[in-house]
Amino acid sequence: MLVTGAARQLSGRFVRRIQRDPGVDRVIAVDAVSPGHQLGDAEFVLADIRQSAIARVLAEHSVDTVVHLDVSAKALGAGGRTTAKETNVIGTMQLLGACQKSPSVQRLVVKSSTSVYGSAPRDPAVFTETTPPKSLPSGGFAKDAVEVEGYVRGFARRRPDVAVCVLRFANILGPDPDSPLADYLALPVLPTVLGYDPRLQFVHEDDVVDVLEIAAREPRRGTLNSGTFNIAGDGVLLLSQCSRRLGRPTVPLLLPAVTWVGTALRTVGMTDFSPEQIRLLTHGRVVSTVQMRETLGFRPKFTTAGTFAEFARSRGPGLLPPERVGRAVGRLAELPMAGGPADTTHSTHGAR
Amino acid sequence: MADAKVIPFDDDRSRSGAGRRRGALPGGGRVQGPSSAGPAPVSALPGGQVPEGAAEAAGAAQDGGKGPGSGWDRRIAGGLAFLRRRLTGDYDVDEFGYDEELTDQVLMSVLRPLADKYFRVEVKGIENIPSDGGALIVANHSGTLPLDGLMLQVAVHDNHPAERHLRLLAADLVFMLPVVNELARKAGHTLACAEDAERLLQAGEVVGVMPEGFKGIGKPFSERYKLQRFGRGGFVSTALRAGVPIVPCSIVGAEEIYPMIGNSKTLARVLGIPYFPVTPTFPWLGPLGMLPLPTKWTIQFGEPIPTDGYPPEAAEDPMLMFNLTDQVREQIQHTLYKLLVQRRSVFF
Repeated sequence: MLVTGAARQLSGRFVRRIQRDPGVDRVIAVDAVSPGHQLGDAEFVLADIRQSAIARVLAEHSVDTVVHLDVSAKALGAGGRTTAKETNVIGTMQLLGACQKSPSVQRLVVKSSTSVYGSAPRDPAVFTETTPPKSLPSGGFAKDAVEVEGYVRGFARRRPDVAVCVLRFANILGPDPDSPLADYLALPVLPTVLGYDPRLQFVHEDDVVDVLEIAAREPRRGTLNSGTFNIAGDGVLLLSQCSRRLGRPTVPLLLPAVTWVGTALRTVGMTDFSPEQIRLLTHGRVVSTVQMRETLGFRPKFTTAGTFAEFARSRGPGLLPPERVGRAVGRLAELPMAGGPADTTHSTHGAR
Repeated sequence: MADAKVIPFDDDRSRSGAGRRRGALPGGGRVQGPSSAGPAPVSALPGGQVPEGAAEAAGAAQDGGKGPGSGWDRRIAGGLAFLRRRLTGDYDVDEFGYDEELTDQVLMSVLRPLADKYFRVEVKGIENIPSDGGALIVANHSGTLPLDGLMLQVAVHDNHPAERHLRLLAADLVFMLPVVNELARKAGHTLACAEDAERLLQAGEVVGVMPEGFKGIGKPFSERYKLQRFGRGGFVSTALRAGVPIVPCSIVGAEEIYPMIGNSKTLARVLGIPYFPVTPTFPWLGPLGMLPLPTKWTIQFGEPIPTDGYPPEAAEDPMLMFNLTDQVREQIQHTLYKLLVQRRSVFF
């Protein structure tokens, strides 16, 4: 089994997990930079998937399963967006080309993202795997993911004997996430788009590793693990709920102002506040996970709210921790007469 | 005692009051007259009604004679519990963004006086909406601003014995406008598309649709109560696929709230909206011209049209779709004429 993007935390966790599996003889971890974390007994090969050398690695170890996790919104280390895009798109092309030439490959798992659906006011409230996007993502990681999926579809056509599984993950959160949304939620004050309260879904890192394992193995009885699947925790959180549960105040800004703030934040290198990220934070996105449950046979351990609670715990309290807010409300109750009028005025704030 | 959590916050007493008014009025004695249903319930908590509301909410008559003190305590406790949940984000929304608590406690309370006091909505045939399971309510659309949809939502919730929540399908313009889209999602509205409608109906929700769309709501005053074309009848095939009954609904009174005597097409194009209404008061009086006329409304729900007798492929049969669409349309139009004949005046 070959796993790409091994220098990332998530891939590292997956590599460590999958080698415990009795059905897996050998795990080859590949990345262009050396990982800072342990990979266990896995063999690490320093190779750039953007180079054709990856074909040699595949042939040398007669790999039967390729797990392509090197599709990410953020580049590792320096390089920024250009490197990330190259790794995503050129890397996928090279890797798929190598897979096509390698007769030993029988299974391909690709990490994608629900951002391929875009985010627009004309979209249906819930995306299924077959929903065509109303407006294709114009750039950024979402466009990369669309292109990656396009190449994967082409590969699946040319190699019908290979089982291909594309997993579209909702926003991945966990103790040590490296996604733009996690960076955004780590800001002390969250800039939001005035007059919009997007619906968000999260998936926990533990569930990501679990579902990758299901996808990389032979399918269990009664399930099918080739195809395209949305992966998300149950339930939905609004951004306003997220900010309140994190205890981070929000600053609603007009849409153009959000774009400026985003550019400013990106310039100082704080977070990737790309246009498609802003669209997500404007219109939100919810996907249907019926296929994940019924066809893939996977039930996530964490709901969206549970994932978020874990994340909030790992981040520590914000400026307005929910407990303190709760206590403040409790103190309001103790005031003899102020309770009545105060609670009604506040509730209209809280209601937004 | 877990009561603190279930004590309704704001104006729930008028809702339960409305529910009970229809029924046998349990507990005898202390009935709220319709006149006490609450002026401006969000901000003001007039002392006079408080003991009744609290006693009703607690379900115990123990403090009926204790005076306003204990009622206030309960209200405050309920309000603070609500406030704490809201401020700490400890509430649930569904996948469409529908926030049931916010809708019940705040949004409905804002709309209720408008429905009860201002438009004095009279609801007929509420028994045509099933108590459980999905149903598609198809209504006429009018009034320049979609107040009829909101009033329909209040009417269904307050008059139906099962207090069903109406999930409206709204135009995409609603979801492009800031603030409006946020409130619409939280009130349970979603985009009028087949996917969303089917998902809601299959979840057993009552879905409301106004198939005339902008053609209905933006028609000139001279064409009032003339139903426009019902789109392509997509709502019929959606109901058929979900196997839910179609409940035709006629709304009288909404046409006259903003008599649209003109339509500035140029301004509409500049602003990117489907029409720019000119009424006797708007835009001449500025914001004051936005005040709707206090017409008397009647909402009548008609006999449900069952759709479960058709084979699954019937949803793709265009002739059947046109026939059913026409049947629904005719029924609404006939009821409209009947209600108009019965109406004494526009305002009373």
